[in-house]
Amino acid sequence: MKLKRKDLLGLAGLETQEINLILDTAVPMKEIASRPVKKVPVLRGRTIVNIFYEPSTRTRVSFELAAKHLSADSINIPAAASSVVKGESIKDTARTIAAMGADVVVIRHPLAGAAQLLAGTVEAAVINAGDGAREHPTQGLLDMFTVREKKGTLAGLKVAIIGDILHSRVARSNIWGFLKMGAQVAICGPATMMPPEINRTGAVVYHRIEDALEGADVIMMLRIQRERQKAGLFPSLREYSRLFGLNRERLFLAKPDALVMHPGPVNRGVEITGEVADHPRSVINEQVTNGVAVRMAILYLFAGGGTDDEAAD
Amino acid sequence: MMKLLIKGGNLIDPVKKRAIISDVLVDGGKIVATGTDLEVDGAMVVNVPGKLVVPGFVDLHVHLREPGFEASETIATGTLAAARGGFTSVACMPNTNPVADNSAVIIFIRARAKEKGVVNVFPVGAITTGSKGEELCEMAGLKEAGAVALSDDGRTVANAAVMYRAMQYARMIGLPIIAHCEDVNLSAKGVMHEGYVSTILGLTGIPAAAEEVMVARDIILAEATGCPLHIAHVSAAGSVRLIRQARARGVTVTAEATPHHFTLTDQAVAGFDTNTKVNPPLRTADDVQAVRNGLRDGTIDVIATDHAPHAPEEKDVEYENAPFGMAGLETAVGLVWTELVNTGILTPWEAVAKMTVNPARILGIPKGELVLGADADITVIDPAWEEEVDPKQFAGKGRNTPFTGRLLKGLPVITVVGGKIVFKRGVEF
Repeated sequence: MKLKRKDLLGLAGLETQEINLILDTAVPMKEIASRPVKKVPVLRGRTIVNIFYEPSTRTRVSFELAAKHLSADSINIPAAASSVVKGESIKDTARTIAAMGADVVVIRHPLAGAAQLLAGTVEAAVINAGDGAREHPTQGLLDMFTVREKKGTLAGLKVAIIGDILHSRVARSNIWGFLKMGAQVAICGPATMMPPEINRTGAVVYHRIEDALEGADVIMMLRIQRERQKAGLFPSLREYSRLFGLNRERLFLAKPDALVMHPGPVNRGVEITGEVADHPRSVINEQVTNGVAVRMAILYLFAGGGTDDEAAD
Repeated sequence: MMKLLIKGGNLIDPVKKRAIISDVLVDGGKIVATGTDLEVDGAMVVNVPGKLVVPGFVDLHVHLREPGFEASETIATGTLAAARGGFTSVACMPNTNPVADNSAVIIFIRARAKEKGVVNVFPVGAITTGSKGEELCEMAGLKEAGAVALSDDGRTVANAAVMYRAMQYARMIGLPIIAHCEDVNLSAKGVMHEGYVSTILGLTGIPAAAEEVMVARDIILAEATGCPLHIAHVSAAGSVRLIRQARARGVTVTAEATPHHFTLTDQAVAGFDTNTKVNPPLRTADDVQAVRNGLRDGTIDVIATDHAPHAPEEKDVEYENAPFGMAGLETAVGLVWTELVNTGILTPWEAVAKMTVNPARILGIPKGELVLGADADITVIDPAWEEEVDPKQFAGKGRNTPFTGRLLKGLPVITVVGGKIVFKRGVEF
């Protein structure tokens, strides 16, 4: 089994087999990342360029660690917010990258479609580390990896995603990913933050968190941005928390062994109480650990390094 | 100037709604005779059997970008594009730099058009100073300088009181108002139609309501003031419905649709091609159907291009950073024929009326009919001519089309302005 594409732009276009390949490859990667000496030479001599047009400590560090564990040479290009002004297209950056001879480019960008624009311009494999509200495929894959590890399978599970779906690339990637893997996806949030016709993806839309949580195997809470209140999308954090926050009482509406997830960073006391974030069922910290393993698998597969056997050693 | 005899074509009369085989004789820039088997000594003869001879097309809505944005288009290149597209007259919108909000800019555009233009250019003046939506322009001065209509196109006059006064005043002056209907609070930072496609692309949507609420408002104001109102680039089903209802009760409202809004849906945006970014945005299949129905039942009287050329580097950016607009002049007639005439939605004379006599009457210009004594502005269409859209062949600077590679059938092959052939497609005539 090989990947059928040069780039990882989103989960919407990925085939189930490809998702399985990535998740399967992440299993030995996690083992490598847990060794005392966390280094294998599979991407030695390969160049990975990380360009982050948005601040993201978590995702950037995760990719950097993944590259280092695989012995790749990785370079960070901190793109100042000022360079995202009109007229300075990432196509200009792309030409620079091409000249550097990068094998893989990891890009985070505030605008939807930016990774695709880059992918069409460079020969290197492009990994989308989040493009606007469109997709965040590596987050979706690490979430699926985490759930699969805990539940054994994804098929037949009920996954509830709660929060600002409209602006969430994490939600979109998880909707595509989990649905492809045979899970049911319930999404819930204020009507003002629910993108139109999202039900056409196959996800089921709720506006009462109690309904969305009922019988859920996985609860995925999304971060709420305070500036959405200023934009008039909800009246107050207090009311948001009251209607859509996850607390101890609501946790019991889900299955007894339901996992609690959050892509981070967590607004404790807003979308999730501190108590639930630290609950034994919470796998929020494991998501971070698994993020490195899944990104190792992605870099390994998209850089086309070595063979499957080598990675498994 | 040599006499010109256009022989053997199928003469389409959009007023009498018929097609007859007739020759057309042109002398001194005017139409001097029609009829069969005209024989004229010393005339240049163009044989066009099997082709359609129509009044030169009038595009009520183009952006020529001069003065101010000459990297995107100029009056010279924009009128070349018009000629290649079969248009003999264009009305150019005032959102230039400086804005055409005073008589000096109108006079400049007309002088430039006289000097460099290939087709007739009719400037549209602004409604408000700088198109800022605050103070009224000197509308009488604009009219005297040659403006044929008033519009703040590209923007909406957001303040209803300003629009109300503008309509009262424009009616007194005797100029129609062309309204770009968009509630900017609703469209906000949107870059495409708000719907399923914007949802999956993660792009900010522009709801159909952003257009519809302003169409409703402007209809109410037109009804209150009696001012002739022309609604630009109708894109949403709800707008078509509002206009249909208004016309039924006698409101002086007319409307236009663009080829892209009756052809493409928001699905075209899925590949993030910035050439699909246009305002108002490409909408759903239901909206496209509603626009087509509006064209068929006469609710929408005009087909206009909203030709909005942009330099390639402006469009070669992230979708959200790209400017709105498509080059439209050189694909419009082919799309009208391919999408509306060849499919039976419009008869040839209905289609021709929407690009000739109807826009000419709205603007009050003596164009759009092939009658004796009229200016010899003539377009010949070959209904069998098939061609794939290739922006490299465009005569204008604007190459920003979403139709690249699309096969069109029915294209303008000869364009005559004031008795002079300004464009020929191919060499076989």
